[in-house]
Amino acid sequence: MSPDEPTTHEADSSAAGPMVTQGNTHGKEPSHLWRMVAIWAVLAVILDPLFYIFVGPHVPPGTMTSTAEENQFDFNVLFLVALPVMLAIWVYMAYSLITWRASRKGVAEPVGGAAAKASLGVQVGWIVTTTVLVLGAFVFGTVELIVNNGSGGGEGPNPVWTPTSATILPVQVIGQQWKFTYRYPTFGGFESSQLIVPVDTTIAFHVTSLDVIHSFWAYQLSIKADANPQQDNVAYTTTKELGSFTVRCSELCGLWHGAMYNYGSVVPKAQFMAWAKSTEVKNAANTKLLPPFAYTYVPDANGADGGYYPDNVDPYSNAEVYGATPGKSK
Amino acid sequence: MTLTAERETEVVYPDPTPPVLGGFQGLPARPGWFSQHLGTAVIGAVLGYLLGHWLGNVVGSGYSNIANSGLNSIAIVGGLTLGTAGWLLGIGALNYPLAKIVGMEPRPDYETTSWTRYFRYTADHKVVGLQYVIGVLAFLFTGGLLAMAIRTELLSPSSHVFGPGTYIAIVSEHGTIMMMMATSVIVGPLGNWLVPLMIGARRTAFPRVEAFSFWIFTAGYLVILSALFYGGFPTGWTGYAPLQTQAAGGMNSYLVGFAVIGLGMIAAGFNLAVTIINYRAPGMTWSRLPIFVWAILATCALLTLATPTLVAAGLFGILDRTAQTAFYVTEHGGSSFLWENLFWFFGHPEVYIMALPGFGIVGEMLPVFTRKPLFAYKVAAAGMIGVALLSFFVWQHHLFQSGINPDMRPLFMLTTELISIPTGFIFLVMMGSLYKAKIRFEVPMLFTLAVFFNFLIGGITGVFLSDVPVNVTVHGGFFVLSHFHYTIMGGLIFAFFGGLYFWLPKMTGKTMNKKLGLIHFWIMFIFFNLTFFPMFFIGLLGQPRRVFEYASNLQALNVFSSVSAFILGASFLVFVANFVWSVFIKPTPSPANPWDSLGLEWQTPTPVPYYNFERIPVILSDPYHYSEENAPAVADLGEGFLVAAGASTATGVAEDPRPPAE
Amino acid sequence: MSFGGRLSVVLGLFVIVVGFAVWGVVGFLLPTTPTVDFTSAQPAGSAVDLTVQTVPSIGFGPHPTWVSYLVKDPSGQWQHATIWKVPAHTRINLTILQYDSGSPLRNQQWGKVQGTTGNVEILNGKVVAVYDSNSGNGVGHTFSIPTLGISVPLVGISSSATNTCSVAPCTTTFDHNVIRASFVTPGPGQYPWQCFVPCGLGFLFGNGGPMGTLGYMGGFLDVAS
Repeated sequence: MSPDEPTTHEADSSAAGPMVTQGNTHGKEPSHLWRMVAIWAVLAVILDPLFYIFVGPHVPPGTMTSTAEENQFDFNVLFLVALPVMLAIWVYMAYSLITWRASRKGVAEPVGGAAAKASLGVQVGWIVTTTVLVLGAFVFGTVELIVNNGSGGGEGPNPVWTPTSATILPVQVIGQQWKFTYRYPTFGGFESSQLIVPVDTTIAFHVTSLDVIHSFWAYQLSIKADANPQQDNVAYTTTKELGSFTVRCSELCGLWHGAMYNYGSVVPKAQFMAWAKSTEVKNAANTKLLPPFAYTYVPDANGADGGYYPDNVDPYSNAEVYGATPGKSK
Repeated sequence: MTLTAERETEVVYPDPTPPVLGGFQGLPARPGWFSQHLGTAVIGAVLGYLLGHWLGNVVGSGYSNIANSGLNSIAIVGGLTLGTAGWLLGIGALNYPLAKIVGMEPRPDYETTSWTRYFRYTADHKVVGLQYVIGVLAFLFTGGLLAMAIRTELLSPSSHVFGPGTYIAIVSEHGTIMMMMATSVIVGPLGNWLVPLMIGARRTAFPRVEAFSFWIFTAGYLVILSALFYGGFPTGWTGYAPLQTQAAGGMNSYLVGFAVIGLGMIAAGFNLAVTIINYRAPGMTWSRLPIFVWAILATCALLTLATPTLVAAGLFGILDRTAQTAFYVTEHGGSSFLWENLFWFFGHPEVYIMALPGFGIVGEMLPVFTRKPLFAYKVAAAGMIGVALLSFFVWQHHLFQSGINPDMRPLFMLTTELISIPTGFIFLVMMGSLYKAKIRFEVPMLFTLAVFFNFLIGGITGVFLSDVPVNVTVHGGFFVLSHFHYTIMGGLIFAFFGGLYFWLPKMTGKTMNKKLGLIHFWIMFIFFNLTFFPMFFIGLLGQPRRVFEYASNLQALNVFSSVSAFILGASFLVFVANFVWSVFIKPTPSPANPWDSLGLEWQTPTPVPYYNFERIPVILSDPYHYSEENAPAVADLGEGFLVAAGASTATGVAEDPRPPAE
Repeated sequence: MSFGGRLSVVLGLFVIVVGFAVWGVVGFLLPTTPTVDFTSAQPAGSAVDLTVQTVPSIGFGPHPTWVSYLVKDPSGQWQHATIWKVPAHTRINLTILQYDSGSPLRNQQWGKVQGTTGNVEILNGKVVAVYDSNSGNGVGHTFSIPTLGISVPLVGISSSATNTCSVAPCTTTFDHNVIRASFVTPGPGQYPWQCFVPCGLGFLFGNGGPMGTLGYMGGFLDVAS
């Protein structure tokens, strides 16, 4: 029978009921915690390597560029750590929900004794473990960010972590409602609707917008940089594999946001040079009419008497005026 | 303080019968149709709207941009603002301050015990709580209907049910209505109803402010709904400028709506925070405070401190659209980043406003259904405070790829990772509470367990999002969308329903049907996961948010998600049927304490009288002594009584712990 | 109130709420711009003639001041509709009557004709490959199908013209430009088309209002099999 368990109010009440349960009274209590640890360990040891071997290499965004590879690696590392954490909680929940159910239907049985005590060691252990895991994730993420030159994310106009490659191909991405166009400053600044880039090259994407906020998301290249008006948002990557990739706008920009996508290709270097040079020649007539290449543009707000501000003859920013002849009022 | 000394300080309400007076001085009290109620609020709103619209037309006439575009934002903003003012005047929310302003002595508020009080401006926090239940459910179902529309559109990547403009209007409306609802979904109904009872108070600190927060909440619903009638707004709930400045009429509803709801949030938060700090009964020390009250306190700190930023940001947006200022227009000297930062400075504490009350509810329910004291109570409370504090320092994780200063990215990665530490404390509490417990699987407990299951997935995916390199892949697509649905819907809404099933027997005195509750739970839980788990993959495979067209190879996943979503939506109908049947159509009286809870709120009679307690109780212990057989009641409710007449305690008749009287 | 009374009140409220929701969805959300069907106008395989006009103000409807496209349906009537159903893998001969004045383009890239046969348009009888929007009358609108790489700049009429049309549909007696181009439709699908000139008067950057509303300056090319 359960021994008398003194409660804090025992002194005042008569005949304390000996009904405070504290687990299995027949023989030794099985070690629930060790059982749970064992189940967890088995699951973790099986599932983590399975993920790493079979799923890991196929995790988006793939391996087309250095940033894609690195971001895939980061995702895999985080998942390999997160999976055991989730398994631990799920195993614990499943085990406890099955093992520790109320036996008598409709009656609330109080649980006292050792089972009701909140061990300080457990609490401290939890806090320390979560802190270590979380700080480890932070250090890992920061190191990856620095080592990978910003990991393909938009770093603003003054990027801190830049690639050391000798030749970087700059490509400007212009977001406008509702299409991305691309300018190649090293090829005369021609503008094209096609995004073609050479393989094995470090590319600097300079993303800007002519109107509202868009976001340039080159999925397989693992580049994502918001296109802000009058701002140059720089993101770096190095292409590694040939293939085609999808570019989608990932910041809601109005009516046709869902249709604002195009496809691009990573092609061999010779093919790229041929394309770039021939397009430069083909577009020369229009390139003359475009404003000189600049990292940001201030379009004439009054382009079709369409804005409600006065004619932007003296623009507020120092950037190039994109649509109107400087000094000429509409 | 000794028990006797504590009792010497108790306050007895002078006259338990509420006075019956009403209206402005000089006007007779006219109960019935001619007093102030929902009908007069509607009349006031219509009149105010017409006046504001006309004034806006007068002010805006003669401006070429208004004539050219055909859109007079000044008229819309004016109409919506004065309409809200008219709504508040009509319901009587402004009677007291207006009377004071003109120097008249306001009459005490009119109180009635008839059912019409639910349609009036009332100072009884319990009535306000039940009004909020209906209000919150109205928001939830409107947003849910819009969600069904979204999933219908996404059934096919190429054939379209709605036009693209209508689709983004639906998406934006869904997000905004849900976020507005989620802010108050627990603080409003359960916070207002329970907090005074849990701390042993007769009322909240500012009952008029509390009622005001409800009526402005309903005004906000009407304002944001008006967006659909103005053609919707195209920016999503995040409202990024300068698309915001460019948008057509519905955008004004968004900006005014957030300002209106924001005022209600500040009012509600301020009121409950002061109540918790100042109105605790004698003996209710901080270490005896129920965990739910801790959660509400942390939430109210965020409500009061973070929301003003939103109101200011909305005001700048309105000025940009009406007075042609350029706060958010880079081309004319402002910055599109200003809105992003102001919005997310509010937006991040906002999501913790949504998460914390959910933690409070599950913390409150775990001991009841495991019959052990709450594990690591102090750690849980500290965790909530930690989350509230840290939530102000993480907002730029929404802006990692936006072109912010790159040095900021590791900093905000650090703070975001750090905030997951106090957030994780609730899992420690859960695990410790389940350890060697005697778990009863009642409907509220099932919802509680579902909260932990869902929030685990939501929280862990949050860690992925906070890692800047991985963020490149997962931001702006369906991955982050699934993350926040898991945390907000999987965490908060499940906790809300758990709390409703738990406390509705107390709030209404009626029992909810258990079978229907189980059906609701299982359908909702299974199909919630089937709806949102595939979305992680949809996002990883490259589908951005808020798009009406997507890559055709993702159609199978989208269809699976949509069909599950339809069934998830149907599960809410089960709840509505249960609620309406059990509370209105064929009510069954509920036992006084169906869950055998030790909480103070259960020690009152049902229905709870207007003044809550005959005498202010003296609190004797925290409400988590579930380990003890015959645990005494947590409070001494009056001379000779340890429980109010008609109530019962968790473990039978409580014994008087006081020494025998001389 | 009796059981029956309560039940009927609840059912009545339910009907009202559902009715309101249905009215909202059907009345406000579902309606979209009508579709004009060109698939049965000609024998299969032969080219489709598509004639549209762009007007400076539509003159009727909920937004009379907005610019808009109109299309001539197979029976010769002008329709205010921007969803045009055409057969797949068919040549489309596009004729655009442009009644609106022009201005410099926000992005001169759209002054280049793209994706049409020969990458040229015929502007009032003259072959044009690139139009300088900073000169002359500027560009009034463009007809662009971004996902198909098609873009045709529609040059504006002179801003000092006196005989301008203000209520659609416009007749050729008003000042206008005639632009012709042709292209071949791809396989079945719905391809959004839009204008790249910010011509939404009174909206910031000109891209709100008619630019952002289906039925005015944007629509679908519904290519049917």
